[in-house]
Amino acid sequence: MTERGPRRRVVVTGLGVLASCGIGKDAFFAGLSGPAAVGPQSVGAFDPAGWFDPKEARQTDRFAQLSVAAAALALDDAGELGADPWRVGVIFGTGTGGLATIQEQMILLVAKGPRRVSPRLVPMMMGNAGAAAISIRFGLHGPCETVVTACASATHAIGQALRLVGDGRCDAVVTGGAEAAISRSGGLDPIGIAAFGNMTALSTSGHSRPFDRRRDGFVIAEGGGALVLEELGHAVSRGAHVYAELLGAASTADAFHITAPAPGGEGAVACMELALADAGIGAAEVAQINAHGTSTPLNDLAEAEAIEKVFGRPGPPVTSIKGVTGHSLGAAGALEAIASVLSIEGGLIPPTAGLEEQDPEIHLDIVTGAARAFTPGPVLSNSFGFGGHNGCLVFGPVSP
Amino acid sequence: MGDDATFEKFKKCAVDVLQVPEDKVVPEASFSNDLNADSLDLVEFVMALEEAFSITVDETELDGIDTIGQAYDLVVSKL
Repeated sequence: MTERGPRRRVVVTGLGVLASCGIGKDAFFAGLSGPAAVGPQSVGAFDPAGWFDPKEARQTDRFAQLSVAAAALALDDAGELGADPWRVGVIFGTGTGGLATIQEQMILLVAKGPRRVSPRLVPMMMGNAGAAAISIRFGLHGPCETVVTACASATHAIGQALRLVGDGRCDAVVTGGAEAAISRSGGLDPIGIAAFGNMTALSTSGHSRPFDRRRDGFVIAEGGGALVLEELGHAVSRGAHVYAELLGAASTADAFHITAPAPGGEGAVACMELALADAGIGAAEVAQINAHGTSTPLNDLAEAEAIEKVFGRPGPPVTSIKGVTGHSLGAAGALEAIASVLSIEGGLIPPTAGLEEQDPEIHLDIVTGAARAFTPGPVLSNSFGFGGHNGCLVFGPVSP
Repeated sequence: MGDDATFEKFKKCAVDVLQVPEDKVVPEASFSNDLNADSLDLVEFVMALEEAFSITVDETELDGIDTIGQAYDLVVSKL
């Protein structure tokens, strides 16, 4: 056991999620046992009219719409917080912000000149538009900030939120992330898919197959996920439903290459070890790993090697929900945190869809086929982002 | 002075940009009080009018414009 400072205990009391496999926590978790993702994954059932009047919808990029919708679901799930709004924060992530808005306005700039560029462009595209929209919508006056670390954004956001509640600055924080980089805009194909495709990050076959020997890239997705983190005593005193405790978090950088993971995964190894230390647990106590598991050749091998270094062979059961959800970039860490929390609540590890033939170079105990029962214990959730950003969270059942 | 067709075209811009019902677009309607329009909405509205009527409106010309009627008169003065 590593000594932890006198941090207040932080628990999860609200969950909100919009993913291609389901909207709302129950549909989402059930959807994680569904078929593997093929081709770009949009949240087709998302209707902004459920959260925005027509004018607001027009003035809010889809990533910020998904941010607000996820936060609304999470806050509704948490119930009346009964907290001073100046002590409730918003820490939200996104990878690319309002990409569709930039694309649309760039086309207008070319076609009609600078005088036709919308005065809404900046407040719609800026990465902090999602966090700002959440604080405005719900009147939350605490720290309101955005974390942008590519595919690790939401995980880092949740880690920052843990500090704010743990250190006593906030009694509750709405945290998570959203991404919408796959929309057609201005009559043209989505620039996000073009860019990720040209960097050869996307699956050329269109299939998400984390840890499979035939994996050939990730399947891009949009989505939004939000968690309400709350101080344990505050949650208990108001009779809130407590899903799980956020035991620890960590963040490191590879300091190696803008897109490739460092050989040997030393940044990821350090991040997992720091997260366990922050949670005050040893590697042997981890009951499940929710991997980053993108289905790219480089990530999955480097992550598997890093996990083996920390946990030995085969180590605890590992899953990647990206087999079903695809990779929702800056939202992915939130979707996976929510999956981890629901996994603890239900005692079930969702399977890694799309994995049929495990890569012989990868020696992990990966959950495949159907969900696997487990005795709820600490769950490690990994996220790694372009830029060499590593983020880890450790959730666990709430012990008395 | 503008005719009915001109006002209809003007009204369509207001409905599209400000997302208000047609019957709210009346001369005495105030942008801030009746149409819930902020300063960025006004800029967008003027851009739509410039496009629809092939006119140019200088920013300084918007000083003191607070109602649909005032904005419409400004447009008509440029046709």
